[in-house]
Amino acid sequence: MEPFTTHSGLVAALDRANVDTDQIIPKQFLKRIERTGFGQFLFFDWRFLPDGSPDPAFELNQPAVQGATILLARRNFGCGSSREHAPWALADYGFRAVIAPTFADIFFNNCFQNGMLPIRLTEAEVDELFKRAAGPGYRLHIDLREGTLHDDAGFTASFTVDPFRRQCLLEGLDDIGLSLRHTDAIAVWEAAHGLPAVGG
Amino acid sequence: MPAPRTLLDKIWDDHVVCTPPGELPLLYIDRHLVHEVTSPQAFEGLRIAGRRVRRPEATFATPDHNVPTTDRRLPIADPVSKQQIDTLRANCREFGVKLYDLGDADQGIVHVIGPELGITQPGMTIVCGDSHTATHGALGALAFGIGTSEVEHVLATQTLRQGKPKSFEIRVTGRLPAGVTAKDLVLHIIGRLSTEGGTGYVLEYTGECIRALGMAERMTVCNMSIEAGARAGMIAPDATTFDYLRGRDFAPRDFERAVAVWEKLPSDPGAAYDRVEIFSAADVVPQVTWGTNPAQVVGVDARVPDPGSFTDVNDKSSAARALDYMGLAGGMPIVEIPLDRVFIGSCTNSRIEDLRAAAAVVRGYRVAPSVRAMVVPGSGRVKREAEAEGLDRVFTAAGFEWREAGCSMCLGMNPDTLAPGERCASTSNRNFEGRQGKGGRTHLVSPAMAAAAAVSGHFVDIRSWEYR
Ligand code: SF4
Repeated sequence: MEPFTTHSGLVAALDRANVDTDQIIPKQFLKRIERTGFGQFLFFDWRFLPDGSPDPAFELNQPAVQGATILLARRNFGCGSSREHAPWALADYGFRAVIAPTFADIFFNNCFQNGMLPIRLTEAEVDELFKRAAGPGYRLHIDLREGTLHDDAGFTASFTVDPFRRQCLLEGLDDIGLSLRHTDAIAVWEAAHGLPAVGG
Repeated sequence: MPAPRTLLDKIWDDHVVCTPPGELPLLYIDRHLVHEVTSPQAFEGLRIAGRRVRRPEATFATPDHNVPTTDRRLPIADPVSKQQIDTLRANCREFGVKLYDLGDADQGIVHVIGPELGITQPGMTIVCGDSHTATHGALGALAFGIGTSEVEHVLATQTLRQGKPKSFEIRVTGRLPAGVTAKDLVLHIIGRLSTEGGTGYVLEYTGECIRALGMAERMTVCNMSIEAGARAGMIAPDATTFDYLRGRDFAPRDFERAVAVWEKLPSDPGAAYDRVEIFSAADVVPQVTWGTNPAQVVGVDARVPDPGSFTDVNDKSSAARALDYMGLAGGMPIVEIPLDRVFIGSCTNSRIEDLRAAAAVVRGYRVAPSVRAMVVPGSGRVKREAEAEGLDRVFTAAGFEWREAGCSMCLGMNPDTLAPGERCASTSNRNFEGRQGKGGRTHLVSPAMAAAAAVSGHFVDIRSWEYR
């Protein structure tokens, strides 16, 4: 997993609440058996008109936000299904961080598994960011070690991340590898609960 | 004396393997359910890392999302769907996982077959790469959906990294009025909590109303917990639960001993929840969603709300966007909304009890000429049971299509989809934009309400239905 320590990037604003995973990556694109290549289908039904051309009205199709790496959204982002294809699509499209007042739980967890940072700010801070991001070329600078972000015009905010998740992101650690270090404890639990030994 | 504990506390405490310093707890997972859409990348990850499945016997797989619901003897037309199902087959073979394959008599929607086969049991931790895993909490288990990386983690370690969720008691007093179902109750609750009211919590449904529900109804309620943002919903096990499980394929051999353990699971008197909300069952009327999330719901006797009636700016703009997508205007009576399609199925409402309720409404009637209606049983077993009772003939005589088990038009990954602009009364759980097909418009209702709508061509209040 690619580590996340600091990141500076262009902000794309998506002024919608309750953006669900069916919108982030519609079901017709869940049939791939790889983890990659989902970026082209991100927000597909919003991004493209029925004839397949980009919908000029859609937020991410604005020329000013091409190359954006930070997504700004309203509350309850990522609600709905557990599909990890949602963070895969966001990451493959180029996003490294998503900022919103609140996130749905499963989506929030799934981000960390993919080197992407979900940042919870207050409603007021998010409101302020939407105002600022209305101007062209709006950039933010995120520092995960400090738990802070700022822009070039005096905005600063801080955020918290679970210390374990934070460490895994900072070091790009493989969760499974870490957990397998506790195989003995797992075997002890299994024995205490009457399960036969694994491989025995 | 030890402090009183909730059902969640008891299951949680029993399953924490260890909490290494500076790390999240490792939670042991008793049962892992797998389907074809969210698992290929997890098995591939294991292969790349040279890892094996720690406890293949704790994992059960079935294809459900992509499967055709027409004749199973025919090859799957969509090559990509076929590849995903073939991949599941190959992975189960390679890693030694039990598979209820397409031709198997017990194949079905993963959340229908888990309880049906007795794989789901009280006190267990159960996960699946699917957000409606909450369904299994109806049996007194802690069951929740996970992402594909976590699927891989569970396959490799039989554990998950988890912080403990907060507990939220949803107490429902009294009894549901006639014609009002568990589906209406849960939609009513979601309408009040909002789609994120349950975020960070495990919902425990309690109270007289919940105790009086049968297992299928309890599963309907727990199933939709995720639509309020909660990853899990649970109901303490009782005699209803034990009677349901007795004699099922994977039920414990020494059943009475298991019951003695399960009887200790319900929350202790005085156990504290992080949050409590009380609902009165008598207040619930048959529900119909009008928007594009399950909290955008009203009673069948109400009107489509006007976006201007919402005070919160987000709610206002969501409502305006939703009405535009749904092709509805504020102020329109719900019973005047005309329908093109009716779908009875999904892990929310495809059990035998649901089909019986719908068939009772349909008996002696015909589907309205403007409507195309289908029934998709939740599993092979449900289908056989319904056919033994003659329900299939009630449906087909009325003009419904009677199909093979699967997720079908709940999410339309198979050929069962809505065309753009088509309007559907659906017993499923999500009315998101495009969920049942790009441009499709979904209204969530109970099986009885869906059946009555199929006959009438528009929504009707099931409380005044004339049963024949
Ligand atoms: S029936 Fe619908 S909600 Fe249930 S598992 Fe299938 S797709 Fe998901």
